[in-house]
Amino acid sequence: MSKELDINAGRRTAIKTLGGLAAGALLPGPWVHAANNVIKIGYVSPQTGPLAVFAEPDAFTLAEMKKALAGGIKVGGKTYAVEFVVKDSQSNSNRAAEAASELILKDKVNIVVAGSTPATTNPVADQCELNGVPCVTNDTPWQPHFFGRGGDPKKGFEWTYHFFWGLEDVIGVFTNLWTQIPTNKVIGSLFPNDSDGNAWGDAKMGFPPVLAQKGFKLVDKGRFQSPADDFSAYIAEFKKNNVEIVTGVLPPPDFANFWSQAGQQGFKPKIVTAAKATEFPAAIQSFGPRAEGLSVEVWWSPTHPFSSSLNGQSSAALAAAYTKATSRPWAMPLAFKHSLFEVAIDALKRSADLKPESIRNAIRDTDLKTIVGPVNFKKGPVPNIAKTPLVGGQWQKAGKGFELVVVENSQAPMVPVKAKLLAVK
Amino acid sequence: MGEWINTILQGLLLGGLYSLFATGLALSFGIMRMINIAHGDFAILAAFAAIAVVEPLGLDPFVVLLLIVPLMAGFGYVLQRIILNRTLGQDILPPLLVTFGMSIIIQNLLLVAFSADTRSLSVGELGIASVPLGGDVAVGVFPLIVMAVAVAVLGGLQWLFSATPLGRAFRAASDDREVAQLMGIDNRHIYGVAMAIAMGIVAIAGVFLAIRANINPTEGPARLLYAFEAVIIGGLGSLWGTLAGGVILGVAQTIGGKLDPGWGILAGHLAFLAVLVVKPNGLFPRTRER
Repeated sequence: MSKELDINAGRRTAIKTLGGLAAGALLPGPWVHAANNVIKIGYVSPQTGPLAVFAEPDAFTLAEMKKALAGGIKVGGKTYAVEFVVKDSQSNSNRAAEAASELILKDKVNIVVAGSTPATTNPVADQCELNGVPCVTNDTPWQPHFFGRGGDPKKGFEWTYHFFWGLEDVIGVFTNLWTQIPTNKVIGSLFPNDSDGNAWGDAKMGFPPVLAQKGFKLVDKGRFQSPADDFSAYIAEFKKNNVEIVTGVLPPPDFANFWSQAGQQGFKPKIVTAAKATEFPAAIQSFGPRAEGLSVEVWWSPTHPFSSSLNGQSSAALAAAYTKATSRPWAMPLAFKHSLFEVAIDALKRSADLKPESIRNAIRDTDLKTIVGPVNFKKGPVPNIAKTPLVGGQWQKAGKGFELVVVENSQAPMVPVKAKLLAVK
Repeated sequence: MGEWINTILQGLLLGGLYSLFATGLALSFGIMRMINIAHGDFAILAAFAAIAVVEPLGLDPFVVLLLIVPLMAGFGYVLQRIILNRTLGQDILPPLLVTFGMSIIIQNLLLVAFSADTRSLSVGELGIASVPLGGDVAVGVFPLIVMAVAVAVLGGLQWLFSATPLGRAFRAASDDREVAQLMGIDNRHIYGVAMAIAMGIVAIAGVFLAIRANINPTEGPARLLYAFEAVIIGGLGSLWGTLAGGVILGVAQTIGGKLDPGWGILAGHLAFLAVLVVKPNGLFPRTRER
């Protein structure tokens, strides 16, 4: 009997303790108080999931930002410390929207920044527009971002601003690239059935009308379902039509499959320009020696003649610092992450106070020379959009590995060309 | 005509890879009556393990198989004994849930360890070597190797099942686990060995996938789907049926892709559905209905 009582007593104590803990958790601790001398910048990026490769420079960039902003920033005559609140979108657009609304409603951030593909920038910008919070995004071609969110070119958006290149740039870069060496001008396209593939292959807005106008013949077998394990149908069609140029916007595994099957089937095009698949050094490494000569659009490289407005670092210095800190090769998103914070900090510094309207007005008036080029939202093709320069590059042999060298700059003459396009061996 | 022969040949060879993926799944379903949702992820895990060994040491991917296959097999045995055996019973849900959880854990562990980069294993010139068969027809040497390995693995399993005491124990445990136990067979050990074999085979599949294309940590679930379809088409419990299932899936995909690239994967799924409608037990079922 007494034993039973003891057990009960023990249970009661446990319940009491638990209850106490729960009550304690509900009460605000001493460390939670309204911070009136801190500016909060909310940041959403796909740190995990299939898009995580875009977010790899995140940790480095945030560390650099903390270093550059150690002394705080002055807004309206008062110095504020800067705090970054980082959320993972898990490469999922629903989760990205959730993360943005948490930043806005729970963390009460002053400004939201986000980058990397429509799956991140579109839902985050939508949440900010809805809640009236200033927002800057990049790293999504502007058409899928602006029109993908139902943007009206006459009105634009009130709270959300975006900077990147557009489809017209990539079409310009590719077509100029392909005229650099003599070919029969027959192009084979590999467009998957996704938002990018459909936009690029679109009969009105995409590649086909421009190619026809410039005298290229396009062999387009249609959209494939990614991931695909077999490309023999494409290869047979390309061989039959004597295709000498291959292009597409496809994920690395699909391209790897296509490229090794092309080797097995003896299909040897002169130019291979594959967006997405060949943008990242790590993916290029995985193609081995067969990576030599592949070409791709270049949004940023260490040879771009731009430098950071925050810490004065040149493009080359940023790439070198990244490689030193992480022992990984530079990749294009690196500078775009940096520029995202450049634009946000610049706007905050110019803002009259910390009211959302004042910050928004400051973003609207942005005219900043960033590490990815000049950003000015008033000069864009549609409201709220600024365009950054786009050039063409080729993976050429450098020492043991490959280096992405700029070979085409018709759309952005300020970026110097470093070499000539070579035919794929 | 040459084009069509080429298409079908490519599909046949692709089927070799699919059946390697499917064999492990067929084993764990056939013997343990357990559906391993993390099957595809284990393949990717093995491939990444191979990459982790190949890159620093510069070994040949085929040599690394000698290391990875026993390693994954050992891992499979321990996993089955410690975790999966506890989930087996009348209810089929617990193993589904547990392996589903493992699938998520493996993907995220790989993401932490190897980042989201796509990686591959290079076999150098062999990757693009081919045997010309005249006209437009050429088959890659590597896909041929994959097919040969798939056939060898199935042949080996066939021998194991029909001619060894272990195979007899497998069949007994599969047919009636209670009676098998009454006859002195330790089901827990038998299941562990079966999982070890399944994991060894899926390790081969994963490494071959990393050689054929390239892989990333979240690739597993897509592989599981094809493996599932191959098993169902072939008929539950049938080893050679798995090969037939993989080949049917591969050929359906290439023929669909030949007609219209958008139909490739769809054609594979349609072939699978067609088999389900016509022969719900698959083409060569071995298991009894219960």
